Amino acid sequence: MVYLAIKELATTAEDVIMVTSSIMKDMQPNSEVIYRPNAIRALCRIIDPSMAQGVERFFKAAIVDKNTSISSAALVSAYHLFPAAKDVVKRWVNEAQEAVQGKSSSSFFNSSGGSSYLGWGSSSSNTTSGYQPIPSTSYITQYHALGLLYLIRQQDRMAVTKMIQQLGGGKTGAGTVLKNPLALCMLIRYAAKIMEEDPNMQRQILELIEGWLRHKSDMVNLEAARVICEIKGVTAAQLTKPIAVLQLFLSSPKSSLRFAATRTLAALALTHPASVATCNVDLENLISDQNRSVATYAITTLLKTGNEASVDRLMKQISGFMSEISDEFKVIIVDAIRSLCLKFPAKHASMLSFLSGVLRDEGGYDFKRAIVEAIFDMIKFIGDCKEQALSHLCEFIEDCEFTKLSVRILHLLGLEGPKSPQPTKYIRYIYNRVVLENATVRAAAVSSLAKFGLNAGEAKLSKSVNVLLNRCLDDVDDEVRDRAAMYLKLYEEQQLAMTYVKEESVYSLSALESKLVSYLSDPDAGEKPFDASSIPKVSREQAAKEVARPSTLETIGVPSSSKAATPPPPSAAETQSQYAQQLAEIPEFTSYGQVLYSSTKATQLTESETEYQVSCVKHLFEEHIVFQFNVSNTIADTVLENVAVIMEPQTDSGLSDDFTMPIASLGANSPGIGYVSFTRDESTAYQTASFQCILKFVSKEVDPSTGEPEEEGYEDEYSLEDLELSAADYILPTYVTFSSEWDRLRGGVTVTETFALPAMESLKAACDSIIEILNMQALGGSEEPQSTSIHTLQLSGLVAGGGGKALVRCRMTYSKAQGVTLELSVRTEKQEAANLVIAAIV
Amino acid sequence: MNLSLYTVAALIIVDTDGHRVLAKYYHPAGDPNPTPKRLTTLKEQRAFEKGLFQKTKKAGGDITLYDGYLAVYKHSLDLICYIIGDPSENELMLLSALASFSDAANMLLRNQLEKRSVLENLDLVLLCLDETIDDGVIVETDSTTIASRVSRPKADTTEIVINEQTLMNAYQTVKEKMQQRIGQL
Repeated sequence: MVYLAIKELATTAEDVIMVTSSIMKDMQPNSEVIYRPNAIRALCRIIDPSMAQGVERFFKAAIVDKNTSISSAALVSAYHLFPAAKDVVKRWVNEAQEAVQGKSSSSFFNSSGGSSYLGWGSSSSNTTSGYQPIPSTSYITQYHALGLLYLIRQQDRMAVTKMIQQLGGGKTGAGTVLKNPLALCMLIRYAAKIMEEDPNMQRQILELIEGWLRHKSDMVNLEAARVICEIKGVTAAQLTKPIAVLQLFLSSPKSSLRFAATRTLAALALTHPASVATCNVDLENLISDQNRSVATYAITTLLKTGNEASVDRLMKQISGFMSEISDEFKVIIVDAIRSLCLKFPAKHASMLSFLSGVLRDEGGYDFKRAIVEAIFDMIKFIGDCKEQALSHLCEFIEDCEFTKLSVRILHLLGLEGPKSPQPTKYIRYIYNRVVLENATVRAAAVSSLAKFGLNAGEAKLSKSVNVLLNRCLDDVDDEVRDRAAMYLKLYEEQQLAMTYVKEESVYSLSALESKLVSYLSDPDAGEKPFDASSIPKVSREQAAKEVARPSTLETIGVPSSSKAATPPPPSAAETQSQYAQQLAEIPEFTSYGQVLYSSTKATQLTESETEYQVSCVKHLFEEHIVFQFNVSNTIADTVLENVAVIMEPQTDSGLSDDFTMPIASLGANSPGIGYVSFTRDESTAYQTASFQCILKFVSKEVDPSTGEPEEEGYEDEYSLEDLELSAADYILPTYVTFSSEWDRLRGGVTVTETFALPAMESLKAACDSIIEILNMQALGGSEEPQSTSIHTLQLSGLVAGGGGKALVRCRMTYSKAQGVTLELSVRTEKQEAANLVIAAIV
Repeated sequence: MNLSLYTVAALIIVDTDGHRVLAKYYHPAGDPNPTPKRLTTLKEQRAFEKGLFQKTKKAGGDITLYDGYLAVYKHSLDLICYIIGDPSENELMLLSALASFSDAANMLLRNQLEKRSVLENLDLVLLCLDETIDDGVIVETDSTTIASRVSRPKADTTEIVINEQTLMNAYQTVKEKMQQRIGQL
């Protein structure tokens, strides 16, 4: 008991010498056996790393002690100590090895405990008390020793592989010295790790793991089966054996076994529904399982593997027990149904009625949201059910307690409602919201109403909406009144209505945010109004794509896997604002003003396998251009100091060198950032140039014992690939409605030139390269040529630095003999911008 | 996949009202892949226990997923014992740890794993827990060994307890012996 107290206090104690010495006394080999393990375990909590050396002898002796408890305790303590005192613990590897072999425990092995490999099995319990503690029959020491060995060797793949082969026994897995199921589970995990890292070993290790599928212990079988199921790119043939094992578990009387098996199968069904389908009969029995979690997993698995015919039956069974399970599992089921109805659109009727049924049930926000999103998806992808689904949603908002959901539904009604044959029936629902709900919902309802009025063709309808909007002008809330007034105004001016209500594009939100933030932080800018035209626009489809939930078709039905999903890579606009923030932190650049534009993708200036890796990002300022170099050093044990990139403009570029900001010191594998700044001689001209780049640095070796770099180093150079400053660095893709904008720019600058591109092999290749060179947005799907011989590509972009909009129409023809012939028409607001675009192609 | 020995995130015992009897949460310092710091404050832990109890108070099951954790549990008279682990953990591994702990505790408390006896013998139960799980590492899965390591070697076993029951027992034996003797006569 004293030891427990010591352990709990360990984190707060400061003066530990007294305690240590008394514990050490207990650890002496001659003291009573029962206290030694506790003493060892308590000791590891209180000593600090420097003292580990002093107790080394005790630990070594304890690890190989005949008594398993002492040995286990020593191993576990060593495991805890490892992060703090790596070097000391590493020296105990031989002792741990011996413990794994289990020589010591065999002397304690008595025949009566022979069958109890499982700790909870039939342990003989005749002498429960007495002076001599009962030796463990569980071989748990092996588990701890194996864990410690792996911890020590985990950096060394060869050693781990060898360990697995040594301990894994022959092909059947029968010859293994490991008797503890937990230890075997760990071994399987290590094996799986190796297999993932080293494809060459895959076949060999897979055989080993398959051997473990026939082990006596369920725990080992389960671990092996699960590992095989989780292998990336596993084939159907490889899956048959583990699935057979899991299938056995499905009919087991233990609910935890059933749970484990169904959980694994549900995860597997996401990727290999066909393989799991063999278990369908067993799974169907589990739907009525006592344990609701098992039942839920069984159903979701069935929903994924099932065919069209079984859907109706399943739906009936689900609705039977929907009321008995918790919200979390309800969400899982709703998600599964959502993916299912996208898979079998023909069954939408029964599913929709099911969804609307559960929508009326009790439930929390998450559950309702899942249902509403499922219905949204159905509206989006299945045209037939639109009308019915909308009316279900209308009913739902009649008594919806969640403001957020009401607003989303009202927005959707505004979008979809006017297109339906009878828009009038929705108006009643929406106007009810205006009368009954809180301010947020009222505002949303007003917008939605106005969309009906403006988009509907009938004059009668828009007139009645007009009357309703007029009534909203008396609302108590400002927002509601404002919206109503604005939409009433739109009635009178059709042109404005076009832009506000029917506009297909929206601002890129993250770009808009970063611009607004910099606008607010800059006191000078406050005098002029905010310039929204420099913000790229994206079409609605793109915006929808960006925020698209990853779960439209391949819905993830398993909560555990949602953790594993990686976050999507940051969008271009996010990296932009990130760069802007980085630059703002550097004092030299504050006088430059705002970043007009940063190239989104970093250009690699080295091969990815070289010693030094350099990539470049360009930042464009009003009068300057700054190159940001991300340098990383991959050679261990060296430090690079004074790292600078020397840039030589090759042609007469109109750029003059300002300064180079070197990286002071660059350790191994920690990237650093250096800058080179140029002044643009004329801020209106668009300079293009090619630069020769050389990386200069002082290389110093690191003394491995101290970790300090040596005094002397040598200067070195490393030549990088040439860097191009081209038209694409000035142009930002943006979305416009091409035909109307093209007509509007008729008054601007128009330049037309014809090029022959004999090297291009197809129209598609030409389109791709033009888009890449100009860095513009292709419009209306014109980046995918429909015909092989003739095509028109429409592009739009924003030219940085006040160049305004630039539209490009490329008319192309293709013939085998001549390659692609291109007629390029550019319309811009300014001459320079047009020149820039034309020059880029030449 | 969890490649370390740190398997158990917490062991909790609650009573029939969902109140905590015993709870130990493990946040090992040396864990190579530290989970986001959760369940560190008493408030979070209380909320977690409450929710978990609501889900599992009905007898029957022994495993569930709750709030991003895998929980195996066992009903015992008026208590529920939980072992909480990472959702990717082997269910049977946790279950074996739980079974060995509850078996050992049962042995120590003479098959009366209930709130009263746990509180009365809290020292034994805590030691038992310490012998089963050390900072998230399963130390022992053999319940007999655990129990034997916890129960103190009694220096003096001849201590005689005199109460109503023992007196009655003595009386009974005397009576039987007398009857035998009389029968022999």
